[in-house]
Amino acid sequence: MSEVLVVIDHADGEVKKPTYELLTIAKRLGEPSAVFFGSPDQGDAVAEKVKKYGAGKVYVIDDAQIKGYLVAPKAEALQQLAEKTSPAAILLPSTFENKEVAGRLAIKLGSGMITDAVDVTDGGVTTQSVFAGNFTVQAKVTTGTPIITVKPNSAAPEEAEGAGAVEAFAVTISDAAKGAQIVATQPRQSTGRPELTEAAIVVSGGRGTGGNFEPVEGFADSLGAAVGASRAAVDSGWMPHAFQVGQTGKTVSPQLYVANGISGAIQHRAGMQTSKTIVAVNKDPEAPIFELVDFGVVGDLHSVLPAATEKITERKG
Amino acid sequence: MNIVVCVKYVPDATADRKFEDDNTVDRVGVDGLLSELDEYAVEQALQFREKREGEEITVTALTVGPEKAVDAVRKALQMGADSGVHVVDDAIAGSDYIATSLVLAKAVEKIKADAGADLVVCGMASTDASGSVVPAMLAERLGLPQVTLASVVESQGDQVRIKRDNEGSTEVIGATLPIVLSVTDQSGEARYPSFKGIMAAKKKGLETWSLSDLGVDAGEVGLSVAWSQVEDTTARPPRTAGEIVTDEDGSGATALVDFLASKKFI
Ligand SMILES: Cc1cc2nc3c(=O)[nH]c(=O)nc-3n(C[C@H](O)[C@H](O)[C@H](O)COP(=O)(O)OP(=O)(O)OC[C@H]3O[C@@H](n4cnc5c(N)ncnc54)[C@H](O)[C@@H]3O)c2cc1C
Ligand SMILES: Nc1ncnc2c1ncn2[C@@H]1O[C@H](COP(=O)(O)O)[C@@H](O)[C@H]1O
Repeated sequence: MSEVLVVIDHADGEVKKPTYELLTIAKRLGEPSAVFFGSPDQGDAVAEKVKKYGAGKVYVIDDAQIKGYLVAPKAEALQQLAEKTSPAAILLPSTFENKEVAGRLAIKLGSGMITDAVDVTDGGVTTQSVFAGNFTVQAKVTTGTPIITVKPNSAAPEEAEGAGAVEAFAVTISDAAKGAQIVATQPRQSTGRPELTEAAIVVSGGRGTGGNFEPVEGFADSLGAAVGASRAAVDSGWMPHAFQVGQTGKTVSPQLYVANGISGAIQHRAGMQTSKTIVAVNKDPEAPIFELVDFGVVGDLHSVLPAATEKITERKG
Repeated sequence: MNIVVCVKYVPDATADRKFEDDNTVDRVGVDGLLSELDEYAVEQALQFREKREGEEITVTALTVGPEKAVDAVRKALQMGADSGVHVVDDAIAGSDYIATSLVLAKAVEKIKADAGADLVVCGMASTDASGSVVPAMLAERLGLPQVTLASVVESQGDQVRIKRDNEGSTEVIGATLPIVLSVTDQSGEARYPSFKGIMAAKKKGLETWSLSDLGVDAGEVGLSVAWSQVEDTTARPPRTAGEIVTDEDGSGATALVDFLASKKFI
């Protein structure tokens, strides 16, 4: 069986959940090999993690010459690894950066590419959700090595023992790939809440919060949820852009999505319509969001949410 | 200096978007327009010009798309672009990202030969495909630095700096012109065409190019040679509206918590 390259999603060596989902999907297509862009001294620790989800090999690519520049060096490195390993497919977690890496890699390898898959079958057929979640599309790469970016929550991670053999892979990065330099990086402060795109429950607030996100955050914390926002709330400066759900923000697909003071514009739906269960609190009974919900409360979020939070906290004891 | 701004003609997101029988996007039966996210690209191109008083700077709007796609270029001209190019050819229909980026790259090279292309500006994503990949692919093909997903753009001389929101951080990216730039909807409200702008646009140059004008072989593009194929498209069954309760004296919170508990979320 051929190798399937899986690019590891991590923050400073801390492996993130989508990596395990991708390894699980990779097993359907061949023999999963994980690719770690990072500091070589973290390679062994990362290998320990990913081998539990079936990674046979772990290619460690020293990112000293890569991390200072945008996208192009990663595409060059993956091209070199792909040329050496002739993989059956290359899977990347679907982030903005990885989609760009995939696009450049597709041209370099002369291969077809599919972005934002929410499922991949053993035959390599992908499922995507398009037009604000109103359609699903089945597609397949027909030329070259399939390059597929996969969204978080696309598979339930399945444990499987892999060899986890660490192999350092040396790459050569051209000067041309170093044209866009990362001059400064400001890490975003952690909120202590789950990551928006990975969370099982997302509680969002919109213009209806009037700028007071406390009821939304309190309710989210009682459920152990991530907090999201509509663009109206972001544009008003109430929440940072990183929390925006929708077409130009994050796409989420949690078990439960709770929209508070959000009308349900098509661009917002684009980011949450595939959630399993949808709940809304809105004081306007005509708000379009109610067309989507499994359960809705017509009411003022400033009274409904604090009361609900209190009841949930009581129940939990 | 010449700036090329890439604008896409897309089906209106608020209309009933659908697919054709061959699984390509219906670009004719549904009303189309200049992708809203590309208005931000036009805006940044115009601001780039306006901030550099005394420099001779022109802005060329470029689109690849069917007959009607010329409307996207017209809108850009009305907003203030100086000239337009519409690449249209039956063979292009159904192209994937690979082919689209090829045609765009060839068109940019032709514009460059005539007027220069010191800066190529794109939107963050097309509102129909939402790939956010074409700018990176264009940079790859043109061999230019990619400075993408900018929420803030600043420049001085041939130096450009942008702010970019990444997964866990905000980054400042620096590069030297010529570059491919893409901008997000955070980069600043796009202007509306003024009456004067609409009148002036009628007299601006708008060229129509075919694949042969670009030296691209028809066999390199289009649906039949795409490197990935759509096998099926299905309309998602509409969500059936669930139970809606009206809050009266705290009844809403009780009902909400009962619902969440019944679904085992608590
Ligand atoms: C190109 C483009 C991209 C976009 N991308 C996004 C995107 O990524 N994400 C996104 O969200 N939007 C996006 N938008 C914007 C989108 O069209 C809407 O404008 C936006 O989603 C509206 O946000 P909202 O629902 O919070 O505000 P509104 O539409 O103003 O709705 C506020 C709601 O709050 C309710 N309300 C008010 N007070 C209360 C109260 N006290 N209690 C309960 N309910 C209350 C009101 O009844 C109303 O329904 C985009 C638009 C464009 C053109
Ligand atoms: N057919 C096209 N014509 C002109 N520009 C395009 C076309 N397709 C994509 N682009 C540009 O590339 C950006 C990203 O598109 P996409 O990768 O499809 O999401 C858009 O915002 C446009 O600036």
